[in-house]
Amino acid sequence: MKLERRLTQPWWLSVAVPIGSLVVAFAIIGVVLALTGHDTWETYRKIVEAGFTGSGAMSATLISATPILFTGLAAAAAFRMQLFNIGAEGQLYLGAVGASWIALQLGDRDATSTPLFVVAMCVAAAALGALWALIPGVLRAFARTNEIITSLMLNYVAGLLLTYLIFDSSSYWRDTSTLQARAFPQGKPMPEASNWPTFGASVVVPLGFLLGILAALALWVLYSRMRFGFEVGVIADSPRAARYAGMRTRRKILAVMAISGAIAGIGGASQIGDFTHTLDGSPTGLQAAAFGYTGIVVAALARYNPFAVCLVAVLIGGLLNAGYTLQGPDFPSGLVGVMQGIILFCALGGELLLRYRLRITRVRAGTPIGEGAT
Amino acid sequence: MSVNDSLIVIVLAQAILYGTPLLYAALGELLAERSGVLNLGVQGMMLFGAAVGFWTTQRIDGSGPAALFLAVLVSALAGAALAAIHAFLVITLRANQIVSGLALTIFAGGLGLSAYLGTELGLADLPAVHQFSDLDVLGLGDLPVVGPILFDQSALVYASWILTLLVALYLGRTRWGLNVRAVGEAPASADAMGVNVTLYRYVHVMVGGAFAGVAGACYSLSITPGWTAGDTLVGGAGWIAIALVIFAFWRAELCLVGAYLFGALSALPFALQAREVDVTPEFLYALPYVMTIVVLVLVSTGLARRRLGAPAALGVPYVREER
Repeated sequence: MKLERRLTQPWWLSVAVPIGSLVVAFAIIGVVLALTGHDTWETYRKIVEAGFTGSGAMSATLISATPILFTGLAAAAAFRMQLFNIGAEGQLYLGAVGASWIALQLGDRDATSTPLFVVAMCVAAAALGALWALIPGVLRAFARTNEIITSLMLNYVAGLLLTYLIFDSSSYWRDTSTLQARAFPQGKPMPEASNWPTFGASVVVPLGFLLGILAALALWVLYSRMRFGFEVGVIADSPRAARYAGMRTRRKILAVMAISGAIAGIGGASQIGDFTHTLDGSPTGLQAAAFGYTGIVVAALARYNPFAVCLVAVLIGGLLNAGYTLQGPDFPSGLVGVMQGIILFCALGGELLLRYRLRITRVRAGTPIGEGAT
Repeated sequence: MSVNDSLIVIVLAQAILYGTPLLYAALGELLAERSGVLNLGVQGMMLFGAAVGFWTTQRIDGSGPAALFLAVLVSALAGAALAAIHAFLVITLRANQIVSGLALTIFAGGLGLSAYLGTELGLADLPAVHQFSDLDVLGLGDLPVVGPILFDQSALVYASWILTLLVALYLGRTRWGLNVRAVGEAPASADAMGVNVTLYRYVHVMVGGAFAGVAGACYSLSITPGWTAGDTLVGGAGWIAIALVIFAFWRAELCLVGAYLFGALSALPFALQAREVDVTPEFLYALPYVMTIVVLVLVSTGLARRRLGAPAALGVPYVREER
């Protein structure tokens, strides 16, 4: 058996390989489930029902899919340039901080001002997320510091900042209006008009999800239809060639990190506007959901293609949602992470088949090497 | 009040306690990286090692030392098993090392396999039966200053010193160590020399994983005996360990220095809180993470301009046909 590098990729392969990887992943997960004493088919049936087909399941799935759509796009935007921004987690927190700040600043207004709230929250969140991402970006561009570690460390710092704002200070975000709120720290409730609208009846689509799809579209235009994306691709494939061609690598690093951080930040705004309506600083709230890390799974499965990210986000969102719904003795809490890991392993293994061709050659036993050449 | 109760001595003694898991994990990552494989799964391997080690002590009847020894061994095996997945993906299947390592952390970490095991086995509700206690070496534990710092630590600490020495000697003074470095620097040349690149990489990634498993056991059997769900048990130690390898310029003896430096930063909040010093706790908890960034920047701008120590083939899969 031999591996040969492919010179061209047939178009169907980039669809067939991810699907094949998923099939293999679910087969492995099935074996794991059976080995740990669960009924595989029953578990799968429950996941599909709780995640997709049950009544209200799809609406709940979109709620889970929205944040990871943003963090997935954030990861995809950066990973495309071999810039490993693992900091979407922290950038999302900062986005939530920014969005809740501006919403509280705007204060109580009538219902017609919701568009103003949406725009203001997105802008503030994008700005703060981008700034947080620019810390590792600047360090990478000017000091050549490994962005994986710095962006990751900043996740912990951002998490501690959230806890600090709500639990250990009388910050602007903390609700200190009542005695009860002072005893049990919580964030201020957002003004009524800052609640983002939803669309659809049988399947409720949050505004954040639609914004995510818009962001995916914008990313696609930027990366596949514009000079910017072309240069990003060249820098990713060959930094040296990019430099000789006069491309400004430093500027690209800063731009890509800012874009990535801004998208993750808007994900934080959507958390505030669409779902929580208050800044949740508790370690079991926003921080426990690990949206940023799940976003990496989404981006990698989607092979950093923005449209595929939308699809995969719904798929993984369904899995997460099924995880929340089914949590109990039959469906222990870590199972979703295990499944994500196995799916990602299989997708990574499948990449091999995209880049290489398996060729089975038979070496006849006893033939001396070189004899066939003459 | 004796000098041994002073804040500085307590923090230094705790620095060694908290630095020990960092040291194990960094030494493991060092071995993997020296053979040319970056493994970002340290955090996941540590958490899994912690869970499995704690579970083992629960299941073993017998004397404390024997149970603890077995538990550490099982933790090591667990770490090595996880590392084998990463090794297979990046060495045999030539997958991207960064994404595969992250996948390993997601798979095994606080929201994955460790949490799965924790809930399936009900680890969080179990009180610790066995835990590493401080050995008063040669009765020197009461010496002023050096006593509590050097002579009143657990067996895990003393084992880590021996391990550091062994890793340093192995990499620097043995034929195998030379081969490892060759595999990490120039795999094609190593291959031409007759060194089995694939085998060397597999072995070192898996041994590295075993060290990370032991690092996890340091938490669940020594620092805070027991199991808590999520990332809280380990914090961000796995990631700090990866950064440590860079600070240490890929040298074992410098890993020790760095580990204790960051051990001190991790120990400081608890020591200050015990003294009821009024400092915002979040600020202190953030200190190790912020310092990691600061030191990393210093290292990458100043000394390492000439890329001291980084294996040249780090992160690059080796394919014989394409050399």
